[in-house]
Amino acid sequence: MSIDLSQFIPTFLEESFEGLESMESCLLALEPGDEESIHVIFRAAHSIKGGAGTFGFDNVTSFTHLVETLLDEMRDGRRSIQPGDVELLLASVDCIRLLIEAARDGADYDEEKVAQTCSLLELSLTQGSTTEVEPEPEPAPQTSTVAISDDKQWLITFVPEHHLVQTGNDPLLMFDALAELGQLTVLAQVNDLPALCDMDPQELYLSWQLELITRASEADIREIFEWVEDECTLDVVLQSAGSDDSLDISAPQEQSLVAAQTSTSPAVDSPAVDGPALESPAVDGPALDSPAVDSPALDSPAVDSPALDSPAVESPAPEQVSENQLTPAQGTALNNKAKTGRTKTEKGAGQKQDAGSIRVGVDKVDSLINLVGELVITQSMLSELSTDFDMDKVEKLQSGLEQLLQNTKELQESVMRIRMLPISFAFNRFPRLVHDLSLKTGKAIELILKGEQTELDKTVMEQIGDPLVHLVRNAVDHGIEPGDVRLAAGKSEKGTICLDAYHQGGNIVIEISDDGGGIDRKAVFNKAVQKGLVDESSTLSDAQVFDLLFEPGFSTAKEVSDISGRGVGMDVVKKNIQALGGRIQVQSQPGQGSTFKVHLPLTLAILDGQLVRVGSEVYIIPLIVIVESLQAKPELINRVSGDMLLYRLREDNVPVLPIYQLFNLPADTKEVDNALLVVVEADGQKVGLMVDDLLAQQQVVIKSLKDNYLQVDGISGATILGDGSVAMILDIPGMIGLAKKNAQKQQAMAQQQNNTGTHKGELR
Amino acid sequence: MNIQELAKEIPSQGEHALEGIDFITNGEQYLTFTLAREQYAVDILCVEEIRIWARPTRIPNAPDYVKGVINMRGIIVPIVDLRLKFNIGQANYSDTTVVIVLKVEHDNDSRTMGFVVDAVSDVLNADEGDIKKAPAFGCGVPERYIEGLVNVGSNVVTLLNVHALQHIEQHQ
Repeated sequence: MSIDLSQFIPTFLEESFEGLESMESCLLALEPGDEESIHVIFRAAHSIKGGAGTFGFDNVTSFTHLVETLLDEMRDGRRSIQPGDVELLLASVDCIRLLIEAARDGADYDEEKVAQTCSLLELSLTQGSTTEVEPEPEPAPQTSTVAISDDKQWLITFVPEHHLVQTGNDPLLMFDALAELGQLTVLAQVNDLPALCDMDPQELYLSWQLELITRASEADIREIFEWVEDECTLDVVLQSAGSDDSLDISAPQEQSLVAAQTSTSPAVDSPAVDGPALESPAVDGPALDSPAVDSPALDSPAVDSPALDSPAVESPAPEQVSENQLTPAQGTALNNKAKTGRTKTEKGAGQKQDAGSIRVGVDKVDSLINLVGELVITQSMLSELSTDFDMDKVEKLQSGLEQLLQNTKELQESVMRIRMLPISFAFNRFPRLVHDLSLKTGKAIELILKGEQTELDKTVMEQIGDPLVHLVRNAVDHGIEPGDVRLAAGKSEKGTICLDAYHQGGNIVIEISDDGGGIDRKAVFNKAVQKGLVDESSTLSDAQVFDLLFEPGFSTAKEVSDISGRGVGMDVVKKNIQALGGRIQVQSQPGQGSTFKVHLPLTLAILDGQLVRVGSEVYIIPLIVIVESLQAKPELINRVSGDMLLYRLREDNVPVLPIYQLFNLPADTKEVDNALLVVVEADGQKVGLMVDDLLAQQQVVIKSLKDNYLQVDGISGATILGDGSVAMILDIPGMIGLAKKNAQKQQAMAQQQNNTGTHKGELR
Repeated sequence: MNIQELAKEIPSQGEHALEGIDFITNGEQYLTFTLAREQYAVDILCVEEIRIWARPTRIPNAPDYVKGVINMRGIIVPIVDLRLKFNIGQANYSDTTVVIVLKVEHDNDSRTMGFVVDAVSDVLNADEGDIKKAPAFGCGVPERYIEGLVNVGSNVVTLLNVHALQHIEQHQ
């Protein structure tokens, strides 16, 4: 029987990416002593390794194994967590992602980067002992004067018989028990390890040398081995009363290191061992765990190694040591990360990741099933009603139809809910981003996420990610000032960036705010004048000035950094948001920071619309843009500068845009007086759309016009009305653009006529 | 799937011969239709359906040969009047006016569009050898829309390139 494993690969990939995400977020939130997070990270790495092994992604398996080993040491408390470790692990997460992506696409990956991180990991594993062995002397200055006199160093030689694990004994448990007595160093002897082909996975071939510094007596130690006394050779020797004599055993250690290294690496890396080992649970101990037990043993000689010994052994403050040692490594790791950060976003922009699948809570599916059940009942009721229908039953029919309406509405709502995901899916990449950026720019930044449970349509979520990344990068780079400037301005050194999401009406609002220097209104204005975007003499409102930021090629950054400042992007941000039917607003207080507010529709598929009639055509105006509808009073209409119509709406002069004119349609009335105006607002511009009639308000399902036709100016899509006919959905910014274009055309034509006129005159 | 490949398995002689199936031949099949008094044809595999003319919803500022869009089972399908596009005959709309809905796959992307014609006439079988090149001059229909000409009895049928037909110029 063979199972086609390839069908599970997509699931594996999806789970792996999820695992990597949770690894990343846990790493970022990691605090010393946070065991639960370490466990989560370890579990994720372990599942990825296991899955990758099953599907034959060997490079993923071997790389993840290294990470797992490192994590395992942390998990067991054999290794304290250093800041550098987090960076290294984050870089590893990137590498694993790279490898998995390469495996998915069958493409090449950045081998150099992976190899680099790989060697850093190995280095870190060997150096691990410096942080791990060293802590012993550390408490010594405080307690050891008393303690040392009691502490004795025991050398335990433990040579179990091959069948030890089959009797249900686990050496690891015993070592754990020993570790509780005092400071334990475990060294596995792998000299007796047979060749791979001769190995019986149910047998234990290892023996151990343990070094224990404890106050406990020999009897205490022997008690731990009580259960296995008959199945092993146990030797407990008192070495000395101090801890400095570890050199005594350095010779055998070194010897075994060679053996260990040569034998463990193939044994661990080759999937051949993984396979059989996984099959028999009893073997778990020796076959899989031994490398983990090995590692401290492997590592300890590093202390003795001449290359490393001087700073590592002598320095009394181990944390400092490891930091110093890691500095170059950290540097490269960081650089790498920065690079991946960039390539990632580039990729995101370039290739659209396919929608794939969504995970839906069972409760949502259950409610759907209930609703479908109700729908079926209503349907059968209605069909029964129709079998012998007479006028007496009209009332029943009506109530049945009402029920049907209710059912469909609820069904629609819960179907839409399936596509809704909490915005944390879009937010969860930011802790990492801000973490990286903050290291890169040297600005201390705190990221606050709010409203992560706010739900948003999956499609919107996928498309809003990149614009949000851009805005956050901008906030870090341009918004937050360097620490010294902040201190001088009387603010705390640490900058704050806040991401907030909430529902407002039928929209979702995402706020990106920083407490930085704010936008320099004057600089923006001057730049705009310089670029010829505005006239120097013109007076603009704050909103209008900030809107200039979204002009293509606009940047006031004094220097271009590789994070942002090239002036590409903000226009794209705005375009992307508009393409989603949303809008963006900027608020800024000099010296206090800026806030970017992104308003988005909850979903792209359904829209609340106002149906209006122009001539014989029905159009739909999205309710979100409508300010008010009114009947134009003749005395408030002004004709200005040529043919432009303005309607005085309180203080505002609102240009009137007759739809029939814009779309070249026959209309009932072409007279503006007493006409119906629907005042809409888009891009901060109010416009009065002149229509013949206001019809119903209803929810419409948006259908693309582009699929089978083209993008049409002034139309954002089409929908199908209750009677089966098609109606166009108006796109207000597009209509304004169209009106502008028409006006320009007319002006050009008028100009041409004037020119030909003068020419003729001259000729005469 | 190639229909010709499948057709080879159908016995044409002997006891189990299927009679009356004349559309399975070596050549390609084309759906012919008339515009005014001329005969045109399109690849039959592209034909999604043939429907009666119903007034579509206008698209603002569209070229005059684009009559609008209709709802075909939930899909928005634009309607192009071939008589206006090619400038042949009168664009009258009566009960017999039909719309041929063509669907073309192109780069994993498909486009569905309806074309108004005067009447649908027949299915035409034509080998590749039967298709003649159209003369490069004197045609009312631009050359890019024409795949070739086929003689049917004493008439000549113009084969149209469906892919080219679906191209719509951007609005001015």
